[in-house]
Amino acid sequence: MLIDGKTGTWELVIGLEVHAQVTSKAKLFSGADTVFGAEPNTQVSFVDAAFPGMLPVINRFCVEQAVKTGLGLGAEINLVSIFDRKNYFYADLPAGYQISQYTRPVVGKGTLVLDMPDGQSRTVGITRLHLEQDAGKSLHDQHPTKTYVDLNRSGVALMEIVSEPDLRSPEEAGAYLKKLRAILRYLGTCDGNMEEGSMRCDANVSVRKQGSKELGTRCEIKNVNSVRFVMQAIEYEANRQVELIEEGGTVQQETRLFDSGKGVTRSMRSKEHAHDYRYFPDPDLLPLVLDEKWVAGLKAALPELPDTKRERFIKDFKLSPYDASVLVAEKEQAEYFEAVAQGRKDPKLAANWVMSELFAVLNRQNLDIARSPVKATALAGLLDLIENNTISGRIAKDVFAEMVESGKDAAAIVEQKGLKQVTDTGAIEKAVDDVIAANADKVEQIKAGKVQLIGWFVGQVMKGTGGKANPGMVNEILKKKLGI
Amino acid sequence: MAALTDLTIAEARDQLRARKISARELAQAHVSAVAKAKQLNAFITETPEMALSMATASDQRLKAGDGGALEGVPLAIKDLFCTKDVLTTAASHILHGFKPPYESTVSANLWKAGAVLLGKTNLDEFAMGSSNTTSYYGPVHNPWQRRGDNRPLVPGGSSGGSAAAVAARVAMGATGTDTGGSIRQPAAFCGLVGLKPTYGRCSRWGIVAFASSLDQAGPMTRTVRDAAIMLGAMASHDPKDSTSVPRPVPDYEKALTGDIRGLKFGIPKEYRIDGMAPEIEKLWQQGIEWLKAAGATPVEISLPHTKYALPAYYIIAPAEASSNLARYDGVRFGLRIPGDSLDGMYENTRAEGFGAEVQRRVMIGTYVLSAGYYDAYYLKAQRVRSLIARDFTEAYKKCDVILTPTAPSAAFAIGEKADDPIAMYLNDVFTVTVNLAGLPGISVPAGLSAEGLPLGLQLIGRAFDEETLFRVAGVVEKAANFTALPPGIS
Amino acid sequence: MALDKATVARIATLARIKVADADLDKMVGELQTIISWVEQLDAVDTKGVEPMTSAVEVTLPMREDKVSDGGYVAQIVANAPEPVVVGEGAFFTVPKVVE
Ligand SMILES: [Mg+2]
Ligand SMILES: [Zn+2]
Repeated sequence: MLIDGKTGTWELVIGLEVHAQVTSKAKLFSGADTVFGAEPNTQVSFVDAAFPGMLPVINRFCVEQAVKTGLGLGAEINLVSIFDRKNYFYADLPAGYQISQYTRPVVGKGTLVLDMPDGQSRTVGITRLHLEQDAGKSLHDQHPTKTYVDLNRSGVALMEIVSEPDLRSPEEAGAYLKKLRAILRYLGTCDGNMEEGSMRCDANVSVRKQGSKELGTRCEIKNVNSVRFVMQAIEYEANRQVELIEEGGTVQQETRLFDSGKGVTRSMRSKEHAHDYRYFPDPDLLPLVLDEKWVAGLKAALPELPDTKRERFIKDFKLSPYDASVLVAEKEQAEYFEAVAQGRKDPKLAANWVMSELFAVLNRQNLDIARSPVKATALAGLLDLIENNTISGRIAKDVFAEMVESGKDAAAIVEQKGLKQVTDTGAIEKAVDDVIAANADKVEQIKAGKVQLIGWFVGQVMKGTGGKANPGMVNEILKKKLGI
Repeated sequence: MAALTDLTIAEARDQLRARKISARELAQAHVSAVAKAKQLNAFITETPEMALSMATASDQRLKAGDGGALEGVPLAIKDLFCTKDVLTTAASHILHGFKPPYESTVSANLWKAGAVLLGKTNLDEFAMGSSNTTSYYGPVHNPWQRRGDNRPLVPGGSSGGSAAAVAARVAMGATGTDTGGSIRQPAAFCGLVGLKPTYGRCSRWGIVAFASSLDQAGPMTRTVRDAAIMLGAMASHDPKDSTSVPRPVPDYEKALTGDIRGLKFGIPKEYRIDGMAPEIEKLWQQGIEWLKAAGATPVEISLPHTKYALPAYYIIAPAEASSNLARYDGVRFGLRIPGDSLDGMYENTRAEGFGAEVQRRVMIGTYVLSAGYYDAYYLKAQRVRSLIARDFTEAYKKCDVILTPTAPSAAFAIGEKADDPIAMYLNDVFTVTVNLAGLPGISVPAGLSAEGLPLGLQLIGRAFDEETLFRVAGVVEKAANFTALPPGIS
Repeated sequence: MALDKATVARIATLARIKVADADLDKMVGELQTIISWVEQLDAVDTKGVEPMTSAVEVTLPMREDKVSDGGYVAQIVANAPEPVVVGEGAFFTVPKVVE
């Protein structure tokens, strides 16, 4: 996106920092539960509440999840990494420091490929991924003079995934988040649920004159919790900065909050205590040393990721790049499609059905594909009936609606309602004859050259057979009998 | 028969097992002694009822013949160890009223071995000090006094309450913690044996942290054998402490063979510091003679970075402490002084809750970690620390153990050195290198100063070679035959 | 490094310790003495020396991903000033924070 200002054209420079909650049963440095939505402070150990003398012990699975994510982003895995303390005071940071990784993160540089709606792709650099603890939660609206603190989240493992400032528009930022979310979900390392806060995004936004190589002063918009809001926040913020600069002002490097109600970003009122995090290696922990073979084992066991799957869908199923991108965007959806398309003469038919009929139903009922009323095997059964000419595509739509409604399988519905396509030549010829006999005037017109009337005849025959006649055969027989 | 409070741990253990005495009467004798020694201010919290009920349970186990290594032995615990449901203060106002809902691993190990809790001993606030004068609960008095001078002396620190309690025979042994010398220096000042184990030998879980990379718990006792028995119970591999080392705990008492023939002991030339009291110098020489007489060979070694150990320590320890002490913020436990905002509450609570020395160190630590200073101070100090550790590695190519004085002086009067922090810091000049390198060190009482105060010799060992330390310490103990007692104790 | 009042005041804010203005001068003096003293380290040649990262020669031990702790909210807030019990849980409370 470019912004046409009064003084020229401006380019956006965006970098994203995503905090992705690691999918794990227990916390990063304590054995407390991580399940979302528990009563306040019921999932807190003395370690998470930073009681005197408590010490962190790292969860191996969380390390594994971070390494898998790094591998999924094609990133360097650092076999030696260090946990540092990031020191600052806040009510929901019980120790007065967050255990994080600063100078030596577990994962280094990687890449992520964006699939843009126009079918183009763009490669965005990943700067690093590190493991760190989440803080607790402060509730400011429970009491007139007090803030309430719940430490259930305190100590939950997060992966902070930092991008290079390679993004140039809100759309690219949106595509980045969607793609990252897809990869995390494919890997099973984060559930990507932004509403529950298991994925949160900070956006660093600056603007510069088009063609300029220098970076402008950036603002950090903190903790935005949906893809749409991230895009809105960036758009607003970029325009704000352009206006500010063009009116002779200067952008202050600061942290801003996005007010999703008003669609604006605003400076955080709490005066920035000029932060000085005083990072230093956590003396309670030793260097994290990974075994090269262990990493190689994880790499070998990685599931197929969206980009590879997309290429395979294009190649094996002859899908368009766009359809393939849509289908691989969600792991469950790709798996569903593949179950339906597998072994089919016309996999494109599967793609069309999944992307139009099925998605429409899911959208209407606000369901995700895992809870689809029509399972993949059932949809495959329906498509089988189309492919072997048992029913027409038109009838199939009715059958599908019935499947959604009743949960029955396609063959049973076709059987029960007698929807089986008529492919018996004699029966169709009879129906054609009936229509020709009853419409001598129209037959004359056709013979006089008004060939497009054929459609009308097909319609009549279909009507006469309750829609069950094979449309291809009807067409063919009609043409023969009408001599066209 | 000697009073029950005069028994060593080893003697008491044997008599308890032989059912010659009961744990209950042993505990009672010590509970009474604790009550009588109040003027020392050695305890912050006394737990007489717990002592008696734990002793009763010990008697039952002893009767059943399944007592642990310390069954029925009454001990004092430095008030830096969290003890379940028993007030734990770190001698700081900021932990006002704090009763931990958990037990530190080291104290839990001791209770598992059958030990009996007499109470929680006084210390320098957050273990920051060498004189036990920074406690919110007031200074501890050393049971020893200068000949013909009854001014109260410091017991050393930070484990001053533990040292005073054991020296005054109100506890048979006590736990200490040692970050820069806090077990060994008070042991030397009070005529005791004090051992700082190798870093990673005793779990730090449940011990209020001062400087995590240096802190280590250890025993303070009246004999080397008692220290060996106690360490055997305290030490363990603890999966809850990531820096705890997975090594089996040896039978340290077995190491006390008295045989050090053929052993090489190092004498670091850099420890002959300017202004060392001649009597300390003399005692050190005496130590060399004792070990030679027992068949060991002295070797001159060099620990060239010794003089930089204290300044490095006074960067690293405050840096870690400034971060470790950030959790004392008035939110979840301890003192809260209200304020008009969250930050106001923090600032009031921490200004009121921390004493002057703690504040000073938190400030220093914050400064050396802050933007622009980290490399010049903290990183520099950690590099110097590497050099100090390397010095020892080199030295141990030539010798098995190192002999040095424990402290540059005997105990001094309460109030002396009070307004000169650096003079106070110099107390740890001989002990702090050991913490920086993560090695074990032991102080053994070896003689009296001209004024009649105890002086100690320090032995420094290879990592996880506490056994050699005990063996050599046993030889020094025997040769020194240190039988003097503080006034009023006979 | 020469410390001044502003630096010491900033450090006190970072450390969240209230220092009365009247006490700042004294504190500058005390801290300056210590800082000047530790600066003897400048004399040590540490070129090429790695900073010590740990006192033990083992690597980070790891635990299994099992829920083995927590679930004792009463003990978590037992020592807290002014906790608020809500349902099965409880909150810590602090003076209201305005973001
Ligand atoms: Mg960040
Ligand atoms: Zn982060």
